[in-house]
Formats: sequence, structure tokens, C-alpha cells
Amino acid sequence: MTVGLFIPCYVNQFYPQAAIATLQLLQKLGVEVVYPPRQTCCGQPMANSGFEHLTQDCNRLFLENFSDFDYIVAPSASCVLHVKQHLHAPTNPALAERTRSRVYELVEFLTDVLKVENLAARFPHKVGIHQSCHGLRGLYLAQMSELNASPFSKPVQLLNMVDGLELVDLDRPDECCGFGGTFCVAEEAVSVKMGKDRVTDHMKNGAEYITSVDLSCLMHLEGILHRNKSAVKAVHIAEILNATV
Amino acid sequence: MEKATKDHAALAEAFNRDEEHVNWHDGALWWIRQKRDIAAKNIPEWEQLRETASRIKSNVLANLHDYLLEFEANLTKNGVTVHWAADAEEHNRIVYSILKAKEITQMIKSKSMLTEECHLNEYLIERGIDVINSDLGEYIQQLDNEPPSHIVLPCIHKRKEEIGEIFHEHLGTEKGVSDPTTLTRFARWHLRDAFISRRAALTGVNFAVAETGEYVVCTNEGNADMGAHLSDIQIASMGIEKIIPKKEHLGVFLRLLARSATGQPITIYSSHFKKPRPGQEMHLVLVDLGRSRQLGRPDFRDSLKCIKCGACMNTCPVYRKSGGLSYHNTISGPIGAILAPNLDMKRHADLPFASTLCGSCSNVCPVKINIHDQLYQWRQVIVQEGYAANTKVLGMKAMAWTLSSPGSYSTIGRAGRWVLNNIPFAVNNKFNPWYKQREMPDGPKESFGEWYAKNQGDNGSEKV
Repeated sequence: MTVGLFIPCYVNQFYPQAAIATLQLLQKLGVEVVYPPRQTCCGQPMANSGFEHLTQDCNRLFLENFSDFDYIVAPSASCVLHVKQHLHAPTNPALAERTRSRVYELVEFLTDVLKVENLAARFPHKVGIHQSCHGLRGLYLAQMSELNASPFSKPVQLLNMVDGLELVDLDRPDECCGFGGTFCVAEEAVSVKMGKDRVTDHMKNGAEYITSVDLSCLMHLEGILHRNKSAVKAVHIAEILNATV
Repeated sequence: MEKATKDHAALAEAFNRDEEHVNWHDGALWWIRQKRDIAAKNIPEWEQLRETASRIKSNVLANLHDYLLEFEANLTKNGVTVHWAADAEEHNRIVYSILKAKEITQMIKSKSMLTEECHLNEYLIERGIDVINSDLGEYIQQLDNEPPSHIVLPCIHKRKEEIGEIFHEHLGTEKGVSDPTTLTRFARWHLRDAFISRRAALTGVNFAVAETGEYVVCTNEGNADMGAHLSDIQIASMGIEKIIPKKEHLGVFLRLLARSATGQPITIYSSHFKKPRPGQEMHLVLVDLGRSRQLGRPDFRDSLKCIKCGACMNTCPVYRKSGGLSYHNTISGPIGAILAPNLDMKRHADLPFASTLCGSCSNVCPVKINIHDQLYQWRQVIVQEGYAANTKVLGMKAMAWTLSSPGSYSTIGRAGRWVLNNIPFAVNNKFNPWYKQREMPDGPKESFGEWYAKNQGDNGSEKV
């Protein structure tokens, strides 16, 4: 099994440590991982702004980089969801369809494909999970609070394997943080208010770390935490699952 | 409503200047969302009910023409006069002509979002007809000369102290009185007089049953019933999408409506109106107002399934933290943002962007409208139709170019990180909306790509 490592553009530029943790974690679990160097972006920033028609070149590049792999894994639910929903190839729809079906967010790859049952990880801290909306309501990584349906959570399943880690319960377990792509600047006031309220919920309930399957949410929450000189830290779930300290 | 001069972002920014008020507004609506969750989770077959309702509405939308004719025939058989209106102007003219024929100059009206959409009150008042809203929330909004901010809770953005002020100014209650029970009693006393004296009453319609020609009006206050029962002329206005095929389908929709709206098992009053009583006249106006155009848009057709419960507003964090009036449209919130562009795409071009696409709206929707998918889809249409700002078009083209060429992307990425590290004031300034209330991410020395090239080979084997 060879996994193509898909590292979204902003993760590559701003959060290399999360990408390194993803790579190391997969390698620890015995997976052969290749990072195609010519990758950039899934096209989501344009598409969510109403410019999906400008994403054809991103799609073409994504297929060039990734269509040969057995699996494509990324530490970002949002980008994975975009690829799953919007990766198209007008001249080769079958290739696009096959590639879409092979894209996994890291957590679901660990729980559903590798079926990980043990992790040699230690993270002795109180952690609050920020549910990324695209991970939750798009990829069904956990049960959604709106539905009358049985609870489950893939991120919790994995975090429970981490030695010393204590999960905190939140007042609003799956409310959006307000990042929302270009929403975070176009609707700055509401975006920040939503983020502040999420941060407050985590702090109120004693979290030392806020973790998520999406760094875009975390980048936004971290920006608010840093501005307010908070001691609470934002950390990608891969870094926790790969932590040995 | 006057033409909006500001878009959602600007109006929301103004709403957020009073953070304590935002917290209160957010909390009030979240409380309703929680009540809705409890009610929904008390019914084991809740998700099945939603699916059934959605399918009934699919059937309605696919056969709307036939159901409307069936409904019209049954109404006529029951002795109700049926009118058809293509748009707001025609609707208002019909209502006015009914009143004028009877020389009626005063009308009482229960809650009807359709007549808000049509701006009926303004139309009638200009022609010398006095209209009073009998729903308490709408009554308060009318006194304050403001449109409703929520389809179920029209004045949810007002605190009881503000309402006390309005009552003091318009109804002469004592200054400083804000006790809800006292204020409600006062409104009731005022409205009781209107109920008794007004010869004409207009109601909205929640569900119109094609097979029987009856319609159901749901309220908690009984105000629709009081108006209708005491009137000589009873008028009902409904959008053509409000049809349901059979009476038995009410068993699905009535169970969903109030639970979704407020967490109640059912509205206090679910009143069936079918035939005029002796001496009374009943009229029903079927209004298109863009519905048939929306029906012709395959991506957006399902928005017409809406039963106006407001659950999507209560769950929407953007709605809760920006207020209904920021949407500058009668129907606000997520559902408003997918309905409004159909009515006037240019005026409402901002609304589908007033969302993070979090998807909570679609999950609470009792008729399973894929609201967040439609928001995404409207964004595409709005850009294609040329309603995006030119600067945004250029920015997006530049972004698409950068992100589709690996060389320029890594150069720009490196340059961006260098700027963050070496001249942070270039990005950390007031012209950068991110930086206003948030720090920029730290600019790491090397990207993952650069690290990988140094530390690991192409086949994933470690070099160091």
C-alpha cells in the first residue's frame, strides 16, 4: 500500500510541523508514504468563493500528482471534502471518480482503513476537540448533535488511545468556529465573534489544548488565542497522535 | 422595506459593536436550538419523519400544477373565493379591492411572512386602510416600524427593556415597565379592541390541503383564530408552495413544525379553516412571487419545501451573531439566503456569502433542504452572472494562477513566510482584516515541502 501524502497549501507554508507529524505517524504505522513535491492546493478557496470554474487547473494538477496512489491522505478534513465533492476531469471522468474515492482525511484513514487499535502516544494534557464542520458534517467523522442518531466519534476513538490525555466536555460540542475560508476576512466581525466564543467554551471547561482535524479552524482560533495572550494552545490532532513526550 | 444600503457584513459589524447584546441574542436562540434538540430526540422516528416530509414535498413540487388546481376546485366547492396573484403588486391589489368593495378601512392581520414579503401593510396604509398586526412579536415590530428579524420570533433581537420603551412611547405604559406579563396584558387589551371592531381579518397559511380545500394556520397566541372568527371578511394569503396533497400528511408536518421551531410538541393552535360561516365571506389568494421561477432552477427547487419553522436560523452561528435584520430581507438566516437571490440577485448577492457553510442548517431542517449546498451553488451562480466585485474576480484569478503552478506557488509561499518573519508590519496592519482581532500565524523558516526535500527521499525513506 502506497499513500500519497496530500499537504494542503497553507499547511505546507504555515504548519509544517503538523505535516511532519502526519508523515511520521503514518510511517510509524508501517505505511509507505510518498509526498509528490509539485502539489499546491485543492482549489477550495476559489470554489467556496463562487469561482469553482477557475479550479480546473488545480484539479488537473491534483490528478497529475495523486491519481496513481492506492490512497491519498491529508491532515485536513476541509480540503479532503472539497476533493471528494468537486474534483472533476472533463476529459477523464472515470479517473476523477476513482481518485475522489481514494482520498481520506488522516483520522478516518487511521480508523477506517488502517483500523488502528493502539498508538504509542503520550500527551498528558487536558484537550478540547474542535469539530471541524467539514470533518463532522461533510466526512461524518463523528455524530452530529442535530441528529437523532447513535453517537460515535473517530477523533475521540483515537485520542482515547493516547496515554495521559484527558478530554474535556464542551457546552457546545460542534458549533462552527467561524473561519469559513474567505468568510474570515469578508465577514471579519462575525468570524471573530464566533471564534472568540469557541475559545471561551474550551477555556471555561479547562482545556489546555484545542485540537482539530482542520488547521484552518485552528489557525483562526490560534490567532485569537495569541491576540489575547492566552496560555491555551492550538494543536493539530496528528501532532497529539504522534506525540511521545 | 427600504433599499438596503449596506451589505450583510457591514450590518453584522454594526450589530457586533455591542458584544454583550450579541451574547444575549446568541444565547436566547441557542436555548431554542437546545429545546428543539430535546423535542427531536424524544421521538424515536424523528429522522424518518424528516425524510417522509421531504418526500411529500418532493411530490408536491413535482405535481404542483395539479395540486393547485385540485385545491382551487375544492376551495370553490367549499364556498371560498380563490384569487391568483403573480407578484406582490397583484396580491396587494387583490386584498385592497376585496376591502374596498365592502368599504372596509380597518383590517387585523395575523402573522404572514408572505404579506411581509409583499409589503402589504405599507400598500394598504398608503390607500387609507389601517392594518394592525395581531401576533405579539409582529405587533411590537410594527409599533417600532421595523421589519421582523426572525420568521417565528419577529422581535427576538429586542430585549424586554427595549420593548418596555416602545410600549411606553406608543401605548402609554409607565416608563421603565419591562415585565413581560404586564406588557403582554397591555398589548392584549389594545388588541382585544381591534379584534372586536375590525370587520376584516387576514391570516397566513401553514398548510393547504389539496384533497379537502381546507387550510391550517398554526399559532401559539390564538390571534389568527380570534381575528378570523370575529370577521365578516376572512382573507388568507399563501405562497403556492404551501400545498400538501392529503389531510393525513398533517400528521407528519404538524409533528415536525413546532418541535423544529420552538421545541414544543405542537403549536397551541393548529386551526383548520374550510368554509365561511353564514354571512361571512372567505377569500384565498394564491401567490407566486418568484416561486415558479425557483421551481425552474433544479439546484434550488428544494428551497420551496420550507415550512418556515426557523430552525435553521436558531442553529446558525452567523445568524445568532449577526441578527436577522443584517440579512436585509424578509426571510433572513440560511433559508433566506437561498430564497432571496431568486427574487433579486443583485440586491441579495451578499447573502449566500454570509455563511461559513458549516451545514448545521441542513441537519435541523425538518424537510431536509440541503441549505448549505444551495448556498455554495448560489455563490457559483452569483459569480457567473457577474455580481461579484471586480477586485474579487481579479484576486481569485491571481490565486487560481498561483495555486495551479507549483513553481510560482512555492516562490510566493516562501516570500509570504519571509514577509511574516522579517517585515510583519506589512501584514499586521489595520488594512488586513485578519489582523484586526487576530494574530497572523508564525512564519516557519521552511515549508513542509522544503523540509521533506532535505530530510526524506522521493520514496519516503529517511535521508537523515
